[in-house]
Amino acid sequence: MTAPARAEDFPDLLYSDAERALADSLRSLLADRCAAAEVLARTESAQTYDDALWQAVAADLGLAGLLIPERDGGAGVGYREAAAAAEALGAFVAPVPYLGSAVVATAALLAAGSAEAARLLPKLAGGSLTVALAVPVATAPRSGFPGSVRLCGPRPGDAAAGTSRLRGEVRGVADALPASLLLVPADGVPQGLYLVDMAAGGAAKAPVTSLDMTRQLCDLSFDDAPGTLLASGDAATRAVQAALAAGAAVLAAEQVGLAERCLDMTVAYLKERKQFARPVGSFQALKHRLADVWVEVAQARAASRYAAACLTSGDRDAPVAVALAKAYCSQVAVHAAQECVQLHGGIGFTWEHPAHLYLKRAKADSIAFGTPDAHRAALASLVDLPAP
Amino acid sequence: MLKPDEVRERVRAFLAEHDPAAASREEFLSARFDAGLAWVHYPEGLGGLGASRALQAVVDAEFDAAGAPGIDTNVNPIGRGMAAPTILAYGSDEQQRRWLRGIWTGEEIWCQLFSEPGAGSDLAGLATRAARDGEDWVASGQKVWTSQAHLARWGLLLARTDPDVEKHQGLTYFACDMTAPGVEVRPLRQLTGEAEFNEVFLTDVRIPDRDRIGPVGEGWTVANATLMSERVNIAAARSGPRESGMIGPVAAAWRSRPELRRPALHDRLLALWTEAEVARLGGEMLRQQLAAGKPGPEGSAAKLVFARLNQEISGFEMELVGGDGLRYDDWAMRRPERSSFFGRGPGYRYLRARGNSIEGGTSEILRNIIADRVLGLPREPRPDKDVPWKDLPR
Repeated sequence: MTAPARAEDFPDLLYSDAERALADSLRSLLADRCAAAEVLARTESAQTYDDALWQAVAADLGLAGLLIPERDGGAGVGYREAAAAAEALGAFVAPVPYLGSAVVATAALLAAGSAEAARLLPKLAGGSLTVALAVPVATAPRSGFPGSVRLCGPRPGDAAAGTSRLRGEVRGVADALPASLLLVPADGVPQGLYLVDMAAGGAAKAPVTSLDMTRQLCDLSFDDAPGTLLASGDAATRAVQAALAAGAAVLAAEQVGLAERCLDMTVAYLKERKQFARPVGSFQALKHRLADVWVEVAQARAASRYAAACLTSGDRDAPVAVALAKAYCSQVAVHAAQECVQLHGGIGFTWEHPAHLYLKRAKADSIAFGTPDAHRAALASLVDLPAP
Repeated sequence: MLKPDEVRERVRAFLAEHDPAAASREEFLSARFDAGLAWVHYPEGLGGLGASRALQAVVDAEFDAAGAPGIDTNVNPIGRGMAAPTILAYGSDEQQRRWLRGIWTGEEIWCQLFSEPGAGSDLAGLATRAARDGEDWVASGQKVWTSQAHLARWGLLLARTDPDVEKHQGLTYFACDMTAPGVEVRPLRQLTGEAEFNEVFLTDVRIPDRDRIGPVGEGWTVANATLMSERVNIAAARSGPRESGMIGPVAAAWRSRPELRRPALHDRLLALWTEAEVARLGGEMLRQQLAAGKPGPEGSAAKLVFARLNQEISGFEMELVGGDGLRYDDWAMRRPERSSFFGRGPGYRYLRARGNSIEGGTSEILRNIIADRVLGLPREPRPDKDVPWKDLPR
């Protein structure tokens, strides 16, 4: 049966003062350093990720350490703040590896629970280290342990050095391009989560021409790459699952920020743009479409806040909350971005106007960490509405 | 501001002096009102303590725990939800003392005489006239979709007192005694077969000037306060548990009747379940905003969402149950005491839900409100602007 979420034990869904303050300073920094024209130009440059911006938000604003406990050099605040930050980054389609490093890889390391994993946390929290989990970005939580990388035969000296050798490929990984370390789930004995240092050789990244070049994917290949075991067996599975759930939940917050920004841009344009001698925003047919988007954003915010609150407190409703948020917010962000393009008319179809950056990010986000139908399928078993 | 413990202490002190078992229900509720423990966010002397709205739950829980008689929130919803805040904002001291207690205890039921056959979405175009005659006003016209009118002692009446000015300017707001001569209430049968609502015919009804609420010609402003409080009520309503809405019977049917499950319906069911649960969370967020003293405009959103979902889910339920949906439980004309989707069949839910996007502001008007007032989009050109009401085409 479905978990009885009684009205009385609802977590606080509102933003705390601290969350508001974090989002405000992040937004003002992004307004300064992440203008749409620069983001657009960067998508066609050699450096699609903005390393300087990432340093500023990761280290100076402390985004890299939001989920990391204070004893390991982080802020130890949790998913509510992480989600508030993601909303702001989504509003600017900021080309930084926040989701991949500060959320997904960090959640994997925290859940791995080993000393080897914990050793990485201080550098990660300080922003001097960027890490990525080597799974396809389209992987949904609760899917099986990734099996495209396998352990292979050791080389002389490996056993003494505690080194394993990994072979295989992982296609379509997000936020791995700027990462110097990879967390690689690998099949074999033991099945585990391994740390691979790009500098050690044997691992290669091939950039992908991605639908969303503000979060460019890459294909990873491992050819007897040396790896260090971080977690094995159930611990490795838990680490990967925790990472995927964190990714889906925080991505839902990003989708809220993105959708809200699409709405704001469209409202502003429709107040200015005149046809038939009146602002086009005065036509009821268009007003109603924007009102619908506004309603959806308000609902999406509640879903996203609930997921972040459940992850923060470790609520047993968290799996439902995450699936709900990702299934719902994905559609809202895509709808808002599509309306943004359509209601801008011709200018919205140009390369010059940033609407397409939001459309591409929205569509990519809806597929990342589980499509809406995958999350609904998860709900089917979580709330006992089984398939025929 | 009072703290939860202080309020709890007041309830306990009140209960020590007023044994719920010893007094009649009416006496007990009346005393509770006088002690300021009715609606705690109301001012002292008017049933409240001037406390935060969030403390109401604390007070209610204390009374419940003591087994004290409480108010039935299904009784007098218009009185408590719409008349009271309007009277609080615009009524005279004398009116507040005269009416608020009876509203809260449920002794006097109120209804709302706003909509007319010729004035639905365009409420400000209404035609019911009220003309001054000495110390009284004399009102004539027809109102429609009046729930509770057949039970009500008072009606919130919006009437035209000056047809020679622009339509919003010529309205005045009254409390109409529903027992006065010339007030006739007739049931209005709806497409479900029953009659929740009424038509109210006013024929030369005399309304004393002391029952006018707000200044002459300011009726539109007062009426907006009424409509706004309706939306705040939607916001303040506590979300029920998961699956307590329209999705409940559908989910139950899916679980208990495996023979109904079809592959093509499964993802649709999950999508509706998702939307229903998100709407519940949205309602809870809204309630939290209100409790924190930051009422947002999301009340309009909540109503839009629930109307659409109720319609989609009840339509889905009909498909799910297939042939069973072709049997309707009862077309007999009756006067239900309260409107409820439950205890009736899928056909009733499907039909009754059609009204959700019409009653209390159509979904189209709500979208206009969001677009104009929240998003600040430019208004549509208005041919009725700056034209005396009497010269408008109709």
